[in-house]
Amino acid sequence: MRTVDVNVLTQNIREMCIEANHFLSPDMKKAFTMAKQQEKAPLGRQILLQLQQNMEIAAQDMIPICQDTGMAVVFLEVGQDVHLVGGNVEDAVNEGVRQGYVDGYLRKSVVKDPIYRENTKDNTPAIIHYSIVPGDRVKITVAPKGFGSENMSRVFMLKPADGIEGVKNAILTAVKDAGPNACPPMVVGVGIGGTFEKCALMAKKALTRSVDEHSEIPYVRELEEELLQKINKSGIGPGGLGGSTTALAVNINTYPTHIAGLPVAVNICCHVNRHAVREI
Amino acid sequence: MDKYIKVPLSDEDARSLKAGDYVYLTGTIYTARDAAHKRMQEALEQGEALPMEMKNNVIYYMGPSPARDGRPIGSAGPTTASRMDKYAPNLLDLGLKGMIGKGKRSQAVIDAVVRNGAVYFAAVGGAGALLSRAITSSEVIAYEDLGTEAIRKLTVKDFPAIVVIDAEGNNLYETAVKEYNEE
Repeated sequence: MRTVDVNVLTQNIREMCIEANHFLSPDMKKAFTMAKQQEKAPLGRQILLQLQQNMEIAAQDMIPICQDTGMAVVFLEVGQDVHLVGGNVEDAVNEGVRQGYVDGYLRKSVVKDPIYRENTKDNTPAIIHYSIVPGDRVKITVAPKGFGSENMSRVFMLKPADGIEGVKNAILTAVKDAGPNACPPMVVGVGIGGTFEKCALMAKKALTRSVDEHSEIPYVRELEEELLQKINKSGIGPGGLGGSTTALAVNINTYPTHIAGLPVAVNICCHVNRHAVREI
Repeated sequence: MDKYIKVPLSDEDARSLKAGDYVYLTGTIYTARDAAHKRMQEALEQGEALPMEMKNNVIYYMGPSPARDGRPIGSAGPTTASRMDKYAPNLLDLGLKGMIGKGKRSQAVIDAVVRNGAVYFAAVGGAGALLSRAITSSEVIAYEDLGTEAIRKLTVKDFPAIVVIDAEGNNLYETAVKEYNEE
């Protein structure tokens, strides 16, 4: 049994909120460079160049890449041989988010109640997903999620008879409906199977996978490649102003499901696909 | 076509802009997003004055991140305009001449743009750090309690934007996407 103080979680999450909002991961930077080389539209190339300049300015001047610094989504994968001490885990995570957003000059975008909408002024609470895994480590993933693209995300409860064609249609429908609203070029996270909530969570988790990595399941990998090609033929383009770069990646996760169902969730992320990962 | 335009936006300049024009805006604009629009609507319903004149002004749909010391503003890119569609036609009829945001607009907004000879501009979504460099001053003028959603008066210099919907109702989101569609 390994003992970990929850204050260590707080300190790491504080830093990761600031890091994720100012520095995109190397896989995203590589995807931008490739996209700029392949983009057919002159205005599209200009917008991709501006987005690259934007990332440089963000890192140099410590200005968030996007003003929507998101709702903090935190995945905690806790080894079953870890004993967390020193306080309540949920409070420790929220304290890390609070410190990161207040000290890091990040925008406070969370309201206390969905109807009465009073700002909590420190961007808490976070959305926390826990899982118990083998081992004695704690893996933290902080993925601040902007709502321009979150608002365009969808869950489709398809029928088994809809099959793989139904899945493709669902994904393309979500992307086309999102269009310019979701700040393309997008990253498309997809969950197929499970239950209503499981597929949504898989889609969210898929967004944290590197955009240059594919699924290990051969047919899923093919589906990711085929859909990326199809999406990039839609013409939506950078900023939704026309072009051949509408998405940078399609990441799909799958899970067993019920004999009566074929749930599909499409979680759309803008080009500011932020995630910081640490293992402690 | 690149154009350098002064804001507030004159009737003549608004009518001269065409969907697809790349513009650099210089002058004064105001920010307002969801909560500020709701309050402005409520003020109008109560017969109260708005915090700023609508006539020939431009509203930027934006809620910034906090400014670091010595800087006028933090990250400052556009938010999704369609959430303001419920309120925009009324403000356009009161003289609002331009809106800066990102994403599609409703037919009611497009009709109001045409009816009033106005313009809808898109700024590049997610380029908040880059766009902040075109903002030289920022002052909260109303609804301070709304935090990032307060109404701010901004001074902008060569703020880059693209004309998406012009006074004739042309819509770049539709024409440009068709041009590059390969399905």
